[in-house]
Amino acid sequence: MYELKQDWMPPERPQSYCLEDYEGGAPRWCPGCGDLAVLSALQRYVRDQQLPPEKIVVVSGIGCSSRLPHYVKAYGFHGLHGRALPVACGVRSRRPDLHLFVATGDGDCCAIGTAHWIHAIRYNMNMTVMLLDNNIYGLTKMQSSPTTGKGHYSNTHPGGAPLSAINPLLTTLSITNASFVAQTADWNPPHLYATLAAAHAHKGLSFVRVLQRCPHFMAGYFDELQKDPSLVRLLTHENGIAVDPAVQKAFPNRVEHDPGDLAGAMKFAGDRETHPIGLLYRNDQAESYDTFMASGLGTPANVKVAAIERELDRFTI
Amino acid sequence: MSVPKANEQAGTPRARLAQVVNQHIVEIVSDSGEGAQTCGQMFGTISAKMGNGVWTVEIIPAEIEPPFRSRAGASGNRIRVGKGVVTNMGDQADLVVAFNEQVLYSRIDVDAIARGAHILLESKWKDDRSEDIREAYAAALADFESRGFIVHEVPMETECLKVVSDARRGKNMWILGALSAIYERDVSLIDAELERKFKRKGQKVIDSNVNLVRAGYDWADANIDLRYRIPVAPTNVPTVVMNGNTAVGLGVMAAGMELCSMYPITPATSASHYLAGSFSKVGGVVHQAEDEIAAIGFALGASYAGKTPVTITSGPGLALKTEFIGFAVMAELPIVIVDVQRGGPSTGLPTRVEQGDLLAALFAAPGDAPKIVMAPATIEECFHFMVTARKLAESFRGPVLVLTDANLATGQQNFPRPEVREEWIAPPIDQSAWDRDVRPYDWDGATGLSERPVPGQKGGNFVLTGLAHDENSRVAYESAINQHSMEARSRKLAALRKTLKTPDVYGDDTGDLLVVGWGSTLGAIEEAVDRLREEGRRVSSLHLRFLSPFEPGLREIFSRFKKVMTVEINYSDDPSFGDARRLAQLAWLLRSETLVDVDCWSQVPGTPLAPGIIADVVRSRLSENGSAAAAGAR
Repeated sequence: MYELKQDWMPPERPQSYCLEDYEGGAPRWCPGCGDLAVLSALQRYVRDQQLPPEKIVVVSGIGCSSRLPHYVKAYGFHGLHGRALPVACGVRSRRPDLHLFVATGDGDCCAIGTAHWIHAIRYNMNMTVMLLDNNIYGLTKMQSSPTTGKGHYSNTHPGGAPLSAINPLLTTLSITNASFVAQTADWNPPHLYATLAAAHAHKGLSFVRVLQRCPHFMAGYFDELQKDPSLVRLLTHENGIAVDPAVQKAFPNRVEHDPGDLAGAMKFAGDRETHPIGLLYRNDQAESYDTFMASGLGTPANVKVAAIERELDRFTI
Repeated sequence: MSVPKANEQAGTPRARLAQVVNQHIVEIVSDSGEGAQTCGQMFGTISAKMGNGVWTVEIIPAEIEPPFRSRAGASGNRIRVGKGVVTNMGDQADLVVAFNEQVLYSRIDVDAIARGAHILLESKWKDDRSEDIREAYAAALADFESRGFIVHEVPMETECLKVVSDARRGKNMWILGALSAIYERDVSLIDAELERKFKRKGQKVIDSNVNLVRAGYDWADANIDLRYRIPVAPTNVPTVVMNGNTAVGLGVMAAGMELCSMYPITPATSASHYLAGSFSKVGGVVHQAEDEIAAIGFALGASYAGKTPVTITSGPGLALKTEFIGFAVMAELPIVIVDVQRGGPSTGLPTRVEQGDLLAALFAAPGDAPKIVMAPATIEECFHFMVTARKLAESFRGPVLVLTDANLATGQQNFPRPEVREEWIAPPIDQSAWDRDVRPYDWDGATGLSERPVPGQKGGNFVLTGLAHDENSRVAYESAINQHSMEARSRKLAALRKTLKTPDVYGDDTGDLLVVGWGSTLGAIEEAVDRLREEGRRVSSLHLRFLSPFEPGLREIFSRFKKVMTVEINYSDDPSFGDARRLAQLAWLLRSETLVDVDCWSQVPGTPLAPGIIADVVRSRLSENGSAAAAGAR
């Protein structure tokens, strides 16, 4: 072309992705739903990281939050109620190359899927788990969830929820091999973004609980938190989640917390007066099931045939 | 003590004494933990190595720690040894070794032992310190003789103590030696087996076992006047011997699968035990999940990521997996599900055989979920069906259920060594760009088949869902789309059926009665048919390997017989119930499939069906038929 020497050709520009490249179907969540903030933060994060859409898999269960894969233009797995985590672990078992995100809700993760939640933490496979916790069942129209506060009205408990809520942070922290536990809130996009970024950068299972508003069935549930900043404790540390001035301004009740300190993390997570925001715990040395699962990946067919022949020798008479 | 080599004395056939038999059924029963199972398995293996056909069946106690010297505690093995191929456990035992009289009763109670059978009974109980035991032994001895069994009292423990200090741990090998003398087994083959088995435990353990075998051999040689010779049908085909669960595990490897995701459940677990030990040699892994649901969910994640997995379970596990099986049908994810059936309902008979999951396999999912269901009939088929199942799962994009049962799972049989081919092995995950203009559910109008991109394929992005969806995997509740997508998923079965061949009738193509079976009953049914045909009866049989879809041509085949009946190991009422009668499971299906008035006979004894029982039933059904016809004529 133009008789130019070949090595004068400009190098092929790597493809760059813009936000639209990650936009799936139009979200059909209610206006004001906190899930929208999570979706937006996720899309912006993967765009900023330029993760190829084909290398992203978003796995979910069933519920409002579990519709999230449909709204991300990537590979998605919208599965069964409560079963997002085993599916995600299965994807990871054969594919160390993919970026794995899991969207699950408080019913999905902390009720029907509790066993899977506990064991997924224990397996500690590399993935980012977002627990979109709005403290109510939204999709099926306002039944109590395991995280609904005591005394709160719902269609299944018209006299108020009879029992105290489960604490997903404490539960997660108490499981052997917990390696990344953070909490953020849908109404603070910079912190939400920074939390997803830290979670994705972490090797292992990162568990992010998002305090998420349901404007329809839990209207005003977090109003107090938003109005009274002293009820939120912002955890910061040089090894924690990066906070910018806007975040600091929104959460002025700020505490230094070393995420290597499990006992401290449990203290903040269990505090009945205040809600922690930030990274509670991180252990980069936690064992991961990924190593076990990936042990034989890529074994060539001829090696397999030879191994099967040797196996058959053992049974040959 | 030096180990004697296989010498002239031990292992030399005694032609002058041996009675030639075409087949013999031997049982060894002991208290749990005394090693009768090991003894039986080794006797089976040695017999196979000598060129005999074998079929072994485990005799399993219902409890893990059953009481000592109890009927409930019988543990052991039945080994049927024959001249040619042996396809089933046969009828009644010809020779039984019992470590005490109570465990023997448990076999007599279920009519497992032929009158006139030889019984080698441990005699130490007659001198037991407990008067109760001495009396029980003496009473049993008299009882056995009055029932027509020929009892040989054998001082097993006393003899073992001449060789080892703990007879409880040595009796099984001593008996293996004694049986080797009676059946002219080549003891040098046993030496090799012992060396292989106890290699890790060291030479001392090997020597001690070799000595026990020798001692048992020599004692029987000198003291038991029984010799059987089972001729060998010569074969040049390399042969393997294994049980069905091992065959499933090996088949999984030969199919190129790389993930077995499971939760322990009897009697399926030993397949995953085998894989756990060997899978890594082909780059595979066994994932022991937190529950049955997680096991299949994990597998489906791997399937979505591009590698067809297997999950191995039994009835109660299948029940838990059904929601995900329905999902796999809806989302069209390839997966192989092996259901090693056990007795039901509920937790039922965990260690015993039944064919009770057929209807559950076909229908137990939310909504109408058409899926492929196959049933191997032999241990050899357990191996080969895994290769087929993976390919079908991928070609037809959905779950393939493989129904085996406890009979196949724990029974051992010899069969021609498979020739593993590279094309059996699943290819690596395709990562090339999805530049085809093909939607993730672009169903072919005629076959319902479609091609799917897998994560990593650029441009193939789609969101898999268990909700109703269109060709783009877009969630769609529109009536027409639902009708159309259901049609596509259903059509796959019709398309598969067109590729299947009409099954062969065993026996003549026409006749008075056709016995139809499926799964592990093949050998027993065909042996029964052989006997009936020798009597001049016009009976044939047909064995189905595909239960969904059915192989084609059944209605036409049925039309050539006066009567069609299924024989199955699940519950059905007998014909006297009339209209209120509940039918056996295959009979239900065949009636709807063929509109033929299919009769059935089934039983849930917790054991495999014996050919003699099947033959008896067929005889009686034929005579009912005859008398009914005669009544009609009058």
